[in-house]
Amino acid sequence: MIPEIGHFALILALCLALILASVPAWGAWRGNSVAMSLAPGLAVGLLVFVGISFACLATAFLQDDFSVKLVASHSNTLLPPMYKFSAVWGNHEGSLVLWALILSMWTAAVALFSSQLPLLVLSRVLSVMGAIAVGFLSFSLVTSNPFARLLPGAPADGSDLNPLLQDPGLIIHPPLLYMGYVGFSVAFAFAIAALLGGRLDASWARWSRPWTNTAWAFLTLGIMLGSWWAYYELGWGGWWFWDPVENASFMPWLAGTALVHSLAATEKRGLFKSWTVLLAIFAFSLSLLGTFLVRSGVLTSVHAFAVDPERGMFILVFLALVVGGSLTLYALRAPAVSSRVTFDWVSRESLLLCNNVVFLVAALTVLFGTMFPLIVDALGMGKVSVGPPYFNAVFVPLMALLVPVMGLGPVSRWKRDAAGRWRSELMVPTLVALFCGVTLPLLQAPYNIWVALAVLLSAWLLLGLVKDFWQRLRSASSLPGGLRRLTPGYLGMVIAHLGFAACIIGIVATSQYSVEHDLKMDPGDARELAGYEFRFIEVVQVRGPNFVADEARFEVTRDGRAVASMTPQKRRYLASGSVMTEAAIDAGLFRDLYVAMGEPVGEEGAWAMRLHYKPMVRWMWLGAILMAAGAFTAAADKRYRRQRMPAAAGNKVALHGA
Amino acid sequence: MHPVRKQRLYLVLFIALFSSIAIGLVVYALRGNINLFYPPADVAAGMAPVGQPIRVGGMVLEDSLQRSADSLAIRFKLTDYQESVAVVYEGILPDLFAEGQGAVASGVLNDEGVLEASEILAKHDENYMPPEVTHALESSGYDEKGKAR
Repeated sequence: MIPEIGHFALILALCLALILASVPAWGAWRGNSVAMSLAPGLAVGLLVFVGISFACLATAFLQDDFSVKLVASHSNTLLPPMYKFSAVWGNHEGSLVLWALILSMWTAAVALFSSQLPLLVLSRVLSVMGAIAVGFLSFSLVTSNPFARLLPGAPADGSDLNPLLQDPGLIIHPPLLYMGYVGFSVAFAFAIAALLGGRLDASWARWSRPWTNTAWAFLTLGIMLGSWWAYYELGWGGWWFWDPVENASFMPWLAGTALVHSLAATEKRGLFKSWTVLLAIFAFSLSLLGTFLVRSGVLTSVHAFAVDPERGMFILVFLALVVGGSLTLYALRAPAVSSRVTFDWVSRESLLLCNNVVFLVAALTVLFGTMFPLIVDALGMGKVSVGPPYFNAVFVPLMALLVPVMGLGPVSRWKRDAAGRWRSELMVPTLVALFCGVTLPLLQAPYNIWVALAVLLSAWLLLGLVKDFWQRLRSASSLPGGLRRLTPGYLGMVIAHLGFAACIIGIVATSQYSVEHDLKMDPGDARELAGYEFRFIEVVQVRGPNFVADEARFEVTRDGRAVASMTPQKRRYLASGSVMTEAAIDAGLFRDLYVAMGEPVGEEGAWAMRLHYKPMVRWMWLGAILMAAGAFTAAADKRYRRQRMPAAAGNKVALHGA
Repeated sequence: MHPVRKQRLYLVLFIALFSSIAIGLVVYALRGNINLFYPPADVAAGMAPVGQPIRVGGMVLEDSLQRSADSLAIRFKLTDYQESVAVVYEGILPDLFAEGQGAVASGVLNDEGVLEASEILAKHDENYMPPEVTHALESSGYDEKGKAR
């Protein structure tokens, strides 16, 4: 019964989405304020029905209703309840329902928190989001119904969730990632609404900015969690593989980063308007492309289209409609919104432009590397794969180009600045950064030129920020007064840029200084790695809720003092019989120790073991958390919620004008 | 020239310069870093280049896995049930690597026709088969159990 209610609620949600996509848009076109004012109510109704549907699906999973096909193939009675719940989105059909749920959450949020928005704009924005919801809900209902039953012949037990997904990180990773992906739909909807209305001004950028920042922050956290999960769960200590699935989430992030920065220029100076709109379209299109690439099975093989032609066709048509439709609208309307503002070459505007070019080129090169094998395969020219060396060779120089510009950003001024001023401002930071870059890598022999470069770049970033921060405080009469005068927008920028510097250090230090040994160890053996002694004591059998495991016991000492006892496991899951490695990690701010079990080797209880020493690997994830925190801080700026009164007045004018 | 136009000109020049640098990087990076996939039959027929990074995929032949006594070196054969290719590898194998299962090895073919693998990929869940392996089996005309279709 419950699955049927869920199915019915999903159909009702589709109906509401259809009304939301059509009636308020018609109202905005015709100037019918009754039709327009339906939009917020419809948006909340959409959330309610998608929410009911999601709750029904989750109930089916939690109650082990194996007559539902999805539950039977992705869950099991032995699965802990926590993972039964996360199994809802551990599959294609369920993750689409999650997508729809998060989309309706964003839509309802826009409806509820936009009282300062003119009704005309609000109804257009909500209509666009309703149209996206129509696409996703019908995709779910037509091609991948999550509530399909297995009647008669429901199995007694399910075939279990993929053990790789049975992990706390994977409970929150997909929702956060989707919050980011789908969040860009708000920026997209604002952009389309602006194109429809033909009015693109500073207030448009001001409305769009907090939503874009929030979405970007969620996406950052989602990607960071994915990388962290890969590190501790896949059992070989890597944290980024340039895997197509990772790239699918990384491309919208790159485009979104460009968007966040060009929105700043659009809001403050009324510049790059049509460019910003184009970036908003790009960011969301890449999100859609990413979702579909991952979820349609196109990525593992182009032949997935042949396996389920219906799904593949739906995807292609929907993508073509969204991307083609919005670009056509852009081509028709963009000339009307172009700006006539000029700026000097030595100014913050041109620095932001550099940022945009770098990030867009980075996004395009990643897109190219991801799509290249698909294109070659589709053309029948063989099966190629584009590996990490390609992405590293392209991406690393691009980021190295970015940082010098990024260090200038905070101290630069809008419209017109002087190179002489930059020189005098940044002379001391440059010298100190050079000094740090040359001396700090001396602490670790042999001298590593890449680490020196990374230290130089991130010190340059850090010191530029510190200098600017200090100057802002010094010009105030008192320290608390000066701190209070700093806007959340500025603080957010400082935090996010510091996070970026931490990321650079973490990534380069880990890549350059990691020590990794794969070796054969007998119980009782000890190995030394980067000054730590790993002693392999024994292997014991342990039992978990739904698995049995061989657990290796390790004692790690340094100079005779105990550091950690580590217990990696080799698990065999009972329901599916699949084997999985559970790594043991001793985490620290400056180094991680990582032990994973390979397979038993030989007759006398010897095992293949993976011992890693990973310096500063946490910095990368801490940096990502800082970036997200910065974006949240900036989004909380009161500036975006003021001007309620003038906007309300504008509301009336807009209505009369329409 | 009108200042706005002049600015646009510089903008276009800047973007053109930058994107040509990027395209140069992409082409340079692609040259050494794409590796083609070969089914075992093609390798046996001598169609795969020696000394260049390639990938070979198929089923791990039953009873072909040999381990070294004192290191992690292993040797096994990948087959499409038409031909098979010997693979040597030193390191830890993925969890789902086993005889009679699909796997893809990437590495360099040496003069004796043995693939010196630097990475072994196996499927990452029970029902998943690397697409290249499916393809190799399709073209050899055998199913994954080694029966002729």
